[in-house]
Amino acid sequence: MQFSDYFYYPFLLGSLYLFAVVAWRFVKWFAGLSKIDKIRVRKGLLTKKTWDSIVESVREGLLHFKMFRVNKLLGYMHMSLAFGWFLLIVVGHVETSLYYHSSFFPFHHSIFFRYYVTEPTDYVGHVFFEYAMEFLLLFVLSGVMLAYFKRFRSKSFGMKKTTRMRYGDHIALTALWLIFPLRFFCETFNAGIYGNGSPFFNGIGQFFASFINLETFKNPLWFSYSLALGVFFVAMPYTRYMHIPAEINFIFLRNWGVKLKKRVNTYTMAEVYSCSRCGVCIDACQLNHAGIKNSQSVYVLKNIRNKNLTDEVLFNCLLCGKCQEVCPVGIDVNDLRITQRIETTLQYNSSYDYLNLKESEAKKTDIVYFAGCMTHLTPAIKQSMLKILKLSGDNFWFMDENKAPCCGRPLMLAGQFDAAQKLIDNNQKLILASGAKTLVVSCPICYKVFKEDYMMPDVDVKMHTEYILNLVEKGRLKLKQSTQTAVYHDPCELGRGSGMYELPRELLKKSVTLKPMENEREKAYCCGGSLANMKISMDERSVISEQAMREFSTYKPDFVVTSCPLCKKTFAKTDILTVKDIAEVVVENLEI
Amino acid sequence: MDFGFSPIEARTIDFDKMDGRILKYVLQYEPSLLVCLSCGGCTATCSAGNLTDFNIRRIQLMLRRGEVENLQTEINKCMLCGKCLLICPRGVNLRNVVMLIKKALTLYKTENHAI
Repeated sequence: MQFSDYFYYPFLLGSLYLFAVVAWRFVKWFAGLSKIDKIRVRKGLLTKKTWDSIVESVREGLLHFKMFRVNKLLGYMHMSLAFGWFLLIVVGHVETSLYYHSSFFPFHHSIFFRYYVTEPTDYVGHVFFEYAMEFLLLFVLSGVMLAYFKRFRSKSFGMKKTTRMRYGDHIALTALWLIFPLRFFCETFNAGIYGNGSPFFNGIGQFFASFINLETFKNPLWFSYSLALGVFFVAMPYTRYMHIPAEINFIFLRNWGVKLKKRVNTYTMAEVYSCSRCGVCIDACQLNHAGIKNSQSVYVLKNIRNKNLTDEVLFNCLLCGKCQEVCPVGIDVNDLRITQRIETTLQYNSSYDYLNLKESEAKKTDIVYFAGCMTHLTPAIKQSMLKILKLSGDNFWFMDENKAPCCGRPLMLAGQFDAAQKLIDNNQKLILASGAKTLVVSCPICYKVFKEDYMMPDVDVKMHTEYILNLVEKGRLKLKQSTQTAVYHDPCELGRGSGMYELPRELLKKSVTLKPMENEREKAYCCGGSLANMKISMDERSVISEQAMREFSTYKPDFVVTSCPLCKKTFAKTDILTVKDIAEVVVENLEI
Repeated sequence: MDFGFSPIEARTIDFDKMDGRILKYVLQYEPSLLVCLSCGGCTATCSAGNLTDFNIRRIQLMLRRGEVENLQTEINKCMLCGKCLLICPRGVNLRNVVMLIKKALTLYKTENHAI
């Protein structure tokens, strides 16, 4: 048997295997989706969503725009590898079709084109293709070189830490690192022997020929190239490189509107396999500063995939959402984590039978004020809110003045979904019975759950900021401009959690001078007090809050303003700056 | 030996019959419970305690004494709101303690032990 008859087998078998595994997984993932999700996919197929997904796949899967945003060099590395390789395949295919005057030729011929076509030929544009293919190869190689370099100096890529790898990842990575240098040597050696490359590649071939016998190395090189490809393809489904096909699949599913519905299904797998373990989330995570190094999103996704997720890792997260903001794939990590939490604590939920508050206990009113547990712990905020509510002249009912059940969000964050539902039903019954059209809350933790999980279509849930701003704009409250300066801290649940960034700032600007900060809005810190983290110790929490407070103090404000009682309480413990809630600032600057 | 008085049966804690599995499990994952000084701050601020006779401080005592009979019904009253965390002068991570007790109760129940 001749060498040319079998050298491509590793590549061919590898790619067939890869195709089979990926196809099988995609089918399995789709089959496991809920009925509604399947309808969503079917209805979304012929809409703009599909087009958007194609655009996004090109932008994120090939060009890596979000990676560029993290760091230019990192972006270039990913772009040259992904986009360069993609173009190599496409342009290679076009070149081969032109050579054969047909699109039907053995699949591997376009990959090993230079091996098969050694004699000078004159198909359409052959000079262009020679140059283009060699340029593309060098383009990809530049990315590979950067990847070598990154292993040793990840700092120059804007990354302080990179992901720890598994055994299989090393095999795949080695294969990937070898593919393009091997191809380079194959093609230059062939060019040296047959002169079937550009003058540049021919030159390099001649150079090698001056000290080694190219003929001896040619076949082993082509075989190694084929082998490297084969190994990479076989290893791909079991390593992080599975993200290449999975990410595309994920982008489509997400854009068609598939969601997790508080339970784990195959969409979890579609998300988990799309994680490229690039490690961008690791640097965004504040737990690093507290010395927690195993519960960042990338590791949780990895653990879910390897089925070795422990409670210690799963619950050790502030759910602040900073990693979600920077994730280049756009995985909804918080949602994923909460569903995992729901799944693991399914065995032990509470029934709260004692909550038998009667609807008759509700007071007929226009506005319901729900302070929430955390506001009750910060009396200054509660007093300020009551003062504002009284001054507004609105007819209001302080719902949890004496008997105060929780809103359900802390349970939700702990994964106790069924238990939370009991509290939600109870509170909802009371609010609806009051006949109120507006619900005012002074805690973003409550705000999020009232907005998302309560079924009260006729009740307008308002954060206190919104409510106060409305009063001010209507002239029912008058604020005076003071000379004080402040920085505004975005609470996670209100900012990244509910997307409310501008309203609090608008309100604050009416009475104090706000200093802009580098890390605010989407990049805002977590105070460290988050109820989502069940595992973190108080010492670790204070490390995180002190770090944030230190940065606030560099802006030399008179005080820090936040709109979350829990943030206020946590920050106040550090004793670095005065912390006030937005309601307190309003009351201090009232013009009566 | 007759001291002229004897312990009241109902108030005796028999350490030989103590069921320490749950305590052991909780302490394994949340050692901060060890520094609890039973001040009762947590209970004073407790949201669930406001609505029922739920007493998180007593749960901690029950756990240490191995009195686990009523633990399930008691612990299920907690709403995990987290006020106790912010009040605690010793930094005991009580929310985790509650979740660990809940988990331990299910773990040991499935092992065919009556709790």
